[in-house]
Amino acid sequence: MLMKSLITRHNRVAVAFIERQYTTTTQIPYILRWMKSETTKKSEPLYDGHIPINLLQRAVLSVGSSIVALTDPARGDMVAVNGESSGHSALKKMHRKMLESEEGRQILMERPKINSSTIDIEKLKSYPDGTLGREYTKFLEVNNVSPDTRLPVRFVDDADLAYVMQRYRETHDLVHTLLGCPTNMLGEVAVKWVEALQTELPMCIGGAVFGPIRLKPKNRSTYLSKYLPWAIGVGSRSSFLMNVFYERRWEQDIAELRDELKIETPPGV
Amino acid sequence: MSLLQLVRHSPIGSLSNFRNVNFHKSFSKRLHVSSYNKASNDPNFENVNSSTTSKEKTVDFGFQTVLASEKAEKVHQVFENVASKYDLMNDVMSVGIHRIWKDYFVKKMFPLPPGTSIIDVAGGTGDIAFRMLQSIERQDKQFDVSGTQKNSSILISDINQAMLDVGKERASKMNLQSDMLSWLCADAQQLPLVDNSFDLYTIAFGIRNVTEISKALDEAYRVLRPGGRFLCLEFSHVKNPLLKQVYDTYSFQIIPPLGEVFAGDWKSYQYLVESIRKFHTQDRFKEMIEEAGFRSVKYENLSFGVVTIHSGYKI
Repeated sequence: MLMKSLITRHNRVAVAFIERQYTTTTQIPYILRWMKSETTKKSEPLYDGHIPINLLQRAVLSVGSSIVALTDPARGDMVAVNGESSGHSALKKMHRKMLESEEGRQILMERPKINSSTIDIEKLKSYPDGTLGREYTKFLEVNNVSPDTRLPVRFVDDADLAYVMQRYRETHDLVHTLLGCPTNMLGEVAVKWVEALQTELPMCIGGAVFGPIRLKPKNRSTYLSKYLPWAIGVGSRSSFLMNVFYERRWEQDIAELRDELKIETPPGV
Repeated sequence: MSLLQLVRHSPIGSLSNFRNVNFHKSFSKRLHVSSYNKASNDPNFENVNSSTTSKEKTVDFGFQTVLASEKAEKVHQVFENVASKYDLMNDVMSVGIHRIWKDYFVKKMFPLPPGTSIIDVAGGTGDIAFRMLQSIERQDKQFDVSGTQKNSSILISDINQAMLDVGKERASKMNLQSDMLSWLCADAQQLPLVDNSFDLYTIAFGIRNVTEISKALDEAYRVLRPGGRFLCLEFSHVKNPLLKQVYDTYSFQIIPPLGEVFAGDWKSYQYLVESIRKFHTQDRFKEMIEEAGFRSVKYENLSFGVVTIHSGYKI
């Protein structure tokens, strides 16, 4: 009796195994065709500066750019390319989060850009201390950066998601201001942690995890004891920073804005 | 005179009429009456696709079509952008095989007689010229003749000053003896050089970027001494269909992303791989070299046709 049931069970398993082999074998031409189309298909440009890429090119770009971004700190463009080529699902999530908020929807409708021709830096300098505008211009001066250095998005294969990526890039400096982090290695890693937890972009996660490798030994203990826990706390508890319509809040007090967004006071400030 | 005409127009002569046309053309070239038979070089005959409304000629820039006047500027921009990372990208794209191609190319020229004057056109970063220099030095040591080294000269010419600058830097880094080398920024279609002044004209991976290839070939013919040799190393067409597919996939899917990663420039490398596809086939290019007046034109495929060496003599 036992032998009979074992044999029947064995037969059933064998038949199931053979059936699976059969279906896979007959699927091979379709699988090959899918692989070929994924690696060779091309579409038309969807926005200014768009370079449509297929799966194989995307793979080469993301792997190559992550290696170069880690080994050559001078290649900031590789960080940007890495974000674009590997960030498709994260960008979709960010887009959805923006659509769920009123302010985010307004940003997506109006599509504001941040560069030296759209924001009047001189006017922002004249605002009182403690306002977002003034603190932002102080940040630009102290760290010697300009809002014009952001590369245009090229490798995102969707016009809306390309704008989300562009907005992320342009508001990076404003996130620095809100978090009170300078542009040295410690500050950048802290900001990357916050961005990684909020946006889930693989580039941010990679930067947050591998960035500290470049930290000098004396900074490592401050990083581990102060900045890291703070950054993780802010990243998980604060509201979604992409939903902040910065252009309408230049006159708002920065401490008030931090309260509104649930950002805890930075350790250095 | 009349007997010749009689023979030519007779049934016997008319059999060989076809060959006579080319013979006549190259014969006139040998008389250096270069303006005589210009039908094939007539600009209006060049592009069948040129628009009927405007007189401007259009040429290929990769897979795009641009005006002839624009192409030179666009190519200039491409090489301006890639100059600093040119050698690194060559190594990455060809996995170092380009060194083997260039070594083989230079080996084909040797042994050289003493006092050879060489012009390396589109020689920008100096790969070919430096190899020739080292081979000349080695040949001297081997044959213990000081003649070759003393009198030989290599002129490196390129239309793009940025490429020449990279070449000069490389030369100083490699500590090469530089009194044999000289540098010239010039257009291959219009070399500011005297007729019959060189024994050897080489052009490696440059002729496909020239706006009008026949003009460059005519210039090559002009500056070479009678008996001089024309050598061209260029990307060409792969005939084997399986290899062609692999080569195409590699060229279009992998090279532009690698260009973006290593040199930060997708579009220049897209242009480079497209220009390879648009270049003439081995046989067609051989015909063009013959039309310029060179004789004994041969070609040799390297790596199954990925790269081809064309060679011709001005005799």
